[in-house]
Amino acid sequence: MKFVPNSSVKTLMLKELGLNKIDDLFLDIPQKIKIKGLNLPDGLTQQETEKKLKNIAAKNKSYNDFLCFSGGGIKPHYIPSIVKTLTRRSEFYTAYTPYQSEASQGFLQAMFEYQSMIAEITGMDVANCSLYDGVTSLSEAALMCARITRKNEFIIPHNISWEKKCVLNNYAKGPKIKIKEIPYDYKTGKIDIEELNKKIDENTAGVYIENPNFFGIFEDNNNEINDIIKKAGSLFVVGVDPVSLGITKSPGEYGADIVIGEGRALGNPMNYGGSSLGIFACKKEFLRQIPGRIIGITKDSDEKRSFCMTLQTREQHIRRAKATSNICTNEGLCALSALIYLSWLGSDGLFNLSKTNFEKGEKLAKSINSLSGFKLRFNSVHFNEFVVEYYDDVKKLNKGLLQKNIQGGLILEEFYPELKNCILIGTSEVHSDEDIESFVNVLEEVSNV
Amino acid sequence: MYRSAVYDEPLLNELVISKKEKINTYTKLPNSLQKKKNIDIPDLDETQLVRHFHRLSQMNYGIDSGIYPLGSCTMKYNPKICEEIATWDKFTGTHPCQDISTVQGNLQIMFELERMFCDITGMDFFSLQPAAGAHGEFLGMMLTRAYHEDKNQGSRDEVILPDTSHGTNPASVTMAGYKLIEIPSNKDGTVNLNMLEEALSEKTACFMLTNPNTLGIFESDILEISKMVHDAGALLYYDGANINAVMGKARPGDMGFDIVHLNLHKTFATPHGGGGPGSGPVGVKIKLEKFLPIPRIGRTKDERYIFDYDAPDSIGKIKSFYGNFSVLLKAYTYIILMGGNGLREASEIAVLNSNYMKKKILDSKLYEMPYKDVRKHEFVLSCEKLKQERGIRAMDVAKRLLDYGFHPPTVYFPLIVKEALMIEPPETESKKDIDRYVDALIKIAKEDPEIVKGAPSNTPVKRVDDVSASKNPILTWKMI
Repeated sequence: MKFVPNSSVKTLMLKELGLNKIDDLFLDIPQKIKIKGLNLPDGLTQQETEKKLKNIAAKNKSYNDFLCFSGGGIKPHYIPSIVKTLTRRSEFYTAYTPYQSEASQGFLQAMFEYQSMIAEITGMDVANCSLYDGVTSLSEAALMCARITRKNEFIIPHNISWEKKCVLNNYAKGPKIKIKEIPYDYKTGKIDIEELNKKIDENTAGVYIENPNFFGIFEDNNNEINDIIKKAGSLFVVGVDPVSLGITKSPGEYGADIVIGEGRALGNPMNYGGSSLGIFACKKEFLRQIPGRIIGITKDSDEKRSFCMTLQTREQHIRRAKATSNICTNEGLCALSALIYLSWLGSDGLFNLSKTNFEKGEKLAKSINSLSGFKLRFNSVHFNEFVVEYYDDVKKLNKGLLQKNIQGGLILEEFYPELKNCILIGTSEVHSDEDIESFVNVLEEVSNV
Repeated sequence: MYRSAVYDEPLLNELVISKKEKINTYTKLPNSLQKKKNIDIPDLDETQLVRHFHRLSQMNYGIDSGIYPLGSCTMKYNPKICEEIATWDKFTGTHPCQDISTVQGNLQIMFELERMFCDITGMDFFSLQPAAGAHGEFLGMMLTRAYHEDKNQGSRDEVILPDTSHGTNPASVTMAGYKLIEIPSNKDGTVNLNMLEEALSEKTACFMLTNPNTLGIFESDILEISKMVHDAGALLYYDGANINAVMGKARPGDMGFDIVHLNLHKTFATPHGGGGPGSGPVGVKIKLEKFLPIPRIGRTKDERYIFDYDAPDSIGKIKSFYGNFSVLLKAYTYIILMGGNGLREASEIAVLNSNYMKKKILDSKLYEMPYKDVRKHEFVLSCEKLKQERGIRAMDVAKRLLDYGFHPPTVYFPLIVKEALMIEPPETESKKDIDRYVDALIKIAKEDPEIVKGAPSNTPVKRVDDVSASKNPILTWKMI
């Protein structure tokens, strides 16, 4: 079974065009560059294809095959069946961007609901219906700060993921935004507020703070940080792990102007890091500077409530070179998963999920800290990721763990030379108490102090 | 006639039957982070949710509902097997920081996929990192800058585009900090070589082109264009949105393009997901290889796959991790299924479908098609005559098509065609469906203009007022 129905009526259709052969349709391609065909092998049947892919898949280990305790902003999370069942309805997933509102009310309404949910959990007034990932969301936020304030410097903490810095540097090149870093406090792992005070000035368009930060630690001086930022006339951008928002204040409650984050954890699988979900929310006053699609409520010709893409004059398909961003395709289906997941959780469910993640992190950290040869690197309250310092070579440690069928923490010294022998460990609600116990036991065994 | 399911489906927050007042505080957190107000997200039962989203899905049109001939979007059927394989937890349950020995399957797929794309496009190397076509364009501009700066030609700060280009092209160009030079097309809808010659200079960094272009016309002067661009010291960029027209027939690499992006959610049958996730891999010629994003994927002599971060000239990254892996996996499966012969046939039949459909419509003399006659996988009609004679605009035709149960084509694009209907019937559409679509277009042109202008009426809502939505934005349920 293939997917090209008209190959059987090719001759008939050609005849209607007054042509003899397919190649008559390609006479406009210069002979010199015409090829006879591709070098790729011929197609396989579906059964053969499935078998081939099964064999390839067998070379992978998923978190169901072994215990995965790697941090780095991504962790396995439980995905309820309802999310999978509903997002696999092909009316949703085989649809294009909803340009034709009347035929896309379902997806449009869902995206409106997604925006409402994201605005609510971040404490912002409005949200768009997704960007590529948390990393590009940060880059877009920096660009937006520069557009709003007409200033050209953006401040980030030293301790954000190297990928975020790398991508931000690329996005900053076009509009010539200067990126400045502020260090973290080596004891607490939180940003150094004194340094922020020193670095911020009248050219600062925005300041980015993560909560929890890359080391899993909660930044708790947010009111003070907000005051410093606002006094300098710049904007406060906060990066979140949405899973933490069930227990913490929303960034809106401590003064954020723009909230970004990686939303994959809301009902989307890890998928080896992609697809992903860029969360982007902000205060109402900045509405017309938002990048990406936004859905709004309107009426149809019978005055019935309806939904449509709105504020499209910000976007590339209307505004072309003057658009707020070049983004066209986003992560719509991942946003739908996030919406269904959040609805399934409800407010209590989100609270419990956050609490569980906090407590798993607390329990695992305490247990590891009590092992000889291991200690928590920072003395601050953290979420479901934390930094552990090992007395010896962490590569060797991870190798030993792998032999026992465990994926250890993310090795940090490549990105933070000052964090020698440090690993970033992550856990979540998928780890049972037994999983945590066996991880700790194996750590003890492998470390062999 | 078609009838869509119609529900007056409330918003999630309107489905709530009892509201909770208690604040969930968590005292283990530092005081300054403890919640002072509750998160107001609706607490609903699973039954309510399933019905809600089920109903919403029924008020949404996808390719599985019917023909979806959006021009330049290549809305082809998404094979179910590709979807199913992408749900296997051996793939979905892998962490991007896992030890490389535990994800050899993932790396094999990415390694082989890069080489498949090289064969299809005639390029030397690929990066799978971009999350969408526009993201690929952005990467292309980053690579362009790195290339010229490396040759001490950083003063090249202009990018040239034809006026038929996709909206993302100019947006990506300016986002990357380049000045945009737009050149008007020839009378036949192709690149005007004189204008191009005039625009090219020592300031030119790149010329971006879609081939076949957005009118569906193959740029037959491509070899000359390539020579002119390269003689001026600039690079030639291929927007791959329309590559479904030429797979196995001609390759951008052989046409002289230096950088190419593909849209896997178009040509390689991965679903659009109502907007995404997509994937926009970028291919380059060898002279640009060292600037490609990290990590690169390699294979050792003993057939182990590895990530290579050792690339001092690389532009770095443009997305987290390795791209939208789930989408790459679907495209890989699709290519395995189709094979080289199948992809070639896909392009042949896509072009046949388009020319067949175009002829049938033009024979009716109700619609016109400005510019050159020979088209590839898509064509652009003008409703100008219909507008002049009967007051029916392109948007009216589009909305009336919905009443017949068909998704409309792309409208009002490209900008150089008045009252444009941009139609692309991919190879996965049958002659029967194409015939029915043509019949509907013919019927609509003859219908009472008032009915057409009042369309749609068989959809869950009637014509939507998007102007007032922008004037008074209501973007969350709190703003209602």
